[in-house]
Amino acid sequence: MPGSESSRIGKWSEQEVLERIEAIRRRAPRLRDEAITTSHGAGGRATHTLIEALFRPAFGNPGGDAALAALDGRTLAVTTDSYVVSPLFFPGGDIGELAVNGTVNDLAVAGARPLYVTAGFILEEGLPVETLRRVVESMARAANRAEVQLVAGDTKVVPRGKADQLFVNTTGVGLVTDPGRLGASRVRPGDAVLVSGTVGDHGTAIMIARGDLELETDLVSDTAPLSELCAALLEAGEVHLMRDATRGGVATVLNELAVEAQVAVAIREESIPVRDEVRGAAEILGIDPMYMANEGKLVAVVAAADAGAALEAMRSHPLGREAAIIGEVRAEPPGMVFIHTAFGGSRVVDMLIGDPLPRIC
Amino acid sequence: MKFVDEFRNHDVALALARRIAREAAGRQWKIMEVCGGHTHAIYKYGIEDLLPPNVELVHGPGCPVCVIPMGRVDDGIAVARTPGVIFTCFGDMMRVPGSSGSLLDAKARGADVRMVYSPLDALKMAREHPDREVVFYAIGFETTAPSTALTLLRAAAEDVQNFSVFCNHVMIIPPIKAILDSPDLRLDGFLGPGHVSTVIGTRPYEFVARRYGKPVVVSGFEPLDILQSVHMLVRQVLEGRCEVENQYTRIVRTEGNPSALEAIRKVFKLRPHFEWRGLGFISLSALAIREEYARFDAELRFEVPGVRVADPKACQCGEVLKGVLKPWECKVFGTACTPETPIGTCMVSSEGACAAYYNFGRFSRAATRLQVLQ
Repeated sequence: MPGSESSRIGKWSEQEVLERIEAIRRRAPRLRDEAITTSHGAGGRATHTLIEALFRPAFGNPGGDAALAALDGRTLAVTTDSYVVSPLFFPGGDIGELAVNGTVNDLAVAGARPLYVTAGFILEEGLPVETLRRVVESMARAANRAEVQLVAGDTKVVPRGKADQLFVNTTGVGLVTDPGRLGASRVRPGDAVLVSGTVGDHGTAIMIARGDLELETDLVSDTAPLSELCAALLEAGEVHLMRDATRGGVATVLNELAVEAQVAVAIREESIPVRDEVRGAAEILGIDPMYMANEGKLVAVVAAADAGAALEAMRSHPLGREAAIIGEVRAEPPGMVFIHTAFGGSRVVDMLIGDPLPRIC
Repeated sequence: MKFVDEFRNHDVALALARRIAREAAGRQWKIMEVCGGHTHAIYKYGIEDLLPPNVELVHGPGCPVCVIPMGRVDDGIAVARTPGVIFTCFGDMMRVPGSSGSLLDAKARGADVRMVYSPLDALKMAREHPDREVVFYAIGFETTAPSTALTLLRAAAEDVQNFSVFCNHVMIIPPIKAILDSPDLRLDGFLGPGHVSTVIGTRPYEFVARRYGKPVVVSGFEPLDILQSVHMLVRQVLEGRCEVENQYTRIVRTEGNPSALEAIRKVFKLRPHFEWRGLGFISLSALAIREEYARFDAELRFEVPGVRVADPKACQCGEVLKGVLKPWECKVFGTACTPETPIGTCMVSSEGACAAYYNFGRFSRAATRLQVLQ
């Protein structure tokens, strides 16, 4: 707002207005909605509000991708996730593969070695058995690849029209060797921010698979188990935090991290790896790839001295070949994510608001 | 991605920014970008960081979602809640608050509201669901009116029985004139809307230069387009010229797009008056469906309240749309009114000045700008 830094409205200057807004944003969110909308499932601000204002006060649990539980001197990581993606089969994967990889990844980024995954199915009356067979076989293959065992399971069938074909819930259990190692409280100004590869592939692939856009590309979902990549990264140096950037994309993960660690994150736009197909689709739709879901990408915060080694470790793994250092952690202003645009300007990158694309995973 | 990258080149931007800083020095400049697409681009690329502090961009009224008044949202919701209706609209429109919730809330309560990318998608939906009534909630300036017109022409040709349009199409010239007639604002010139101009051409802006003595540069939407247009406007003033210039020559023709204009004329007629959010009633500023196509007019086909609903008292969208207030100067900006819980339309659409400022520009620019221009 050129020329307006010194202007005032009533008793407030622009700077004071901005500070007041940040103070309000730091308050615990209040749930004001009367009914659940798709935004509450989009992984962005509305989901965050639902968790902070409803689930967490009721259940009294801490945050993170997986919960850690100490048992007889060992630490277990536990996580659960439900999958409602539409269509069930999409370029590069299907709901079954997604359900295993998604849960494996939540464990892996918490620093755990994934061990067991359970599966609960909600099936719509009339679903072809062949469809279920394909999904189940895909889950078995995915479990094999991620070296986890599919253990307990459950099946429920609801009348036609009460669910859309097939929903899956998976719960994962893993073992954590060094429980104090990762966490928002470990993040320091000066740390480097890395992403393990191209962003927005999954969300864009799903959108194109639905056919609403009548676009044709070779783009496939990036769904993949990240456990090996996480282990390699942890070997490489002082990693402070890992997150898988699913719903809400990299932008939402960075915002969560900025808020939880009370730091600022500064990103350089030109260093974010984005495929041309994803940029093209995003350009047409006016969506930022930073908000598009990923199912095989992680964001890592690493001590500056080890950033090079961490990048090297990721790039040596097939799932991290296009990894990049995209920015750094700064002290001020806490809770905010900035991007320096390739054009030469700068702007805020906020959490995802609304829901650009329901039922992405 | 060569087709966009060359319009976002940092080195070219920096060279242009330095020229603007040099030539515009010594006085204050206030330039209004009429179009919400420009507002969005200005914040998205951080263009203000490249402008000197004495060149101020003022955001204008050209945001299709922002100008929809509450009463029209309520009408849309009433149609959406009619049994058997599939209600379609563009994504942004779903979050605009009416007097009791938005279309998204209506959807959560059971209305069948679906997002479409084009009115043709809605027509396709009508063909696929012959047992349902499919309604398209049309919004936008002359940019989107031709596609609604073509959809209606096609519906008529195919004699589709279960399709109708709730028409909220508006025109860009009346609000520009309203702003020029308003005593609140002193502007040095306008960045003309690029997309609207592909349809209407550059001639309709001539009166701005001739009668009101304000220069206009019709601008494209890439960041370099906008910087170059600012530079062209500054040059006009410094050289003592006052005319309508076209920066967006790769797309915009002087005479516009005659076949698109013909489609608009065929299907639509002028409304005697239409309410604009925050700006009040402006005569001859909007389009309605002609009698020949009345069977596709959702306003005639469905029971709607059709009443004017006053904006919430605290909402200052009108002042923001006219460029009189900057987004942060609104009383409820960022506190009661946020993109998540918007009170006014300017906070909803990605082209709205408040949403753009809140989402992208919510920090002090002074330090960054100095860093860039050094």
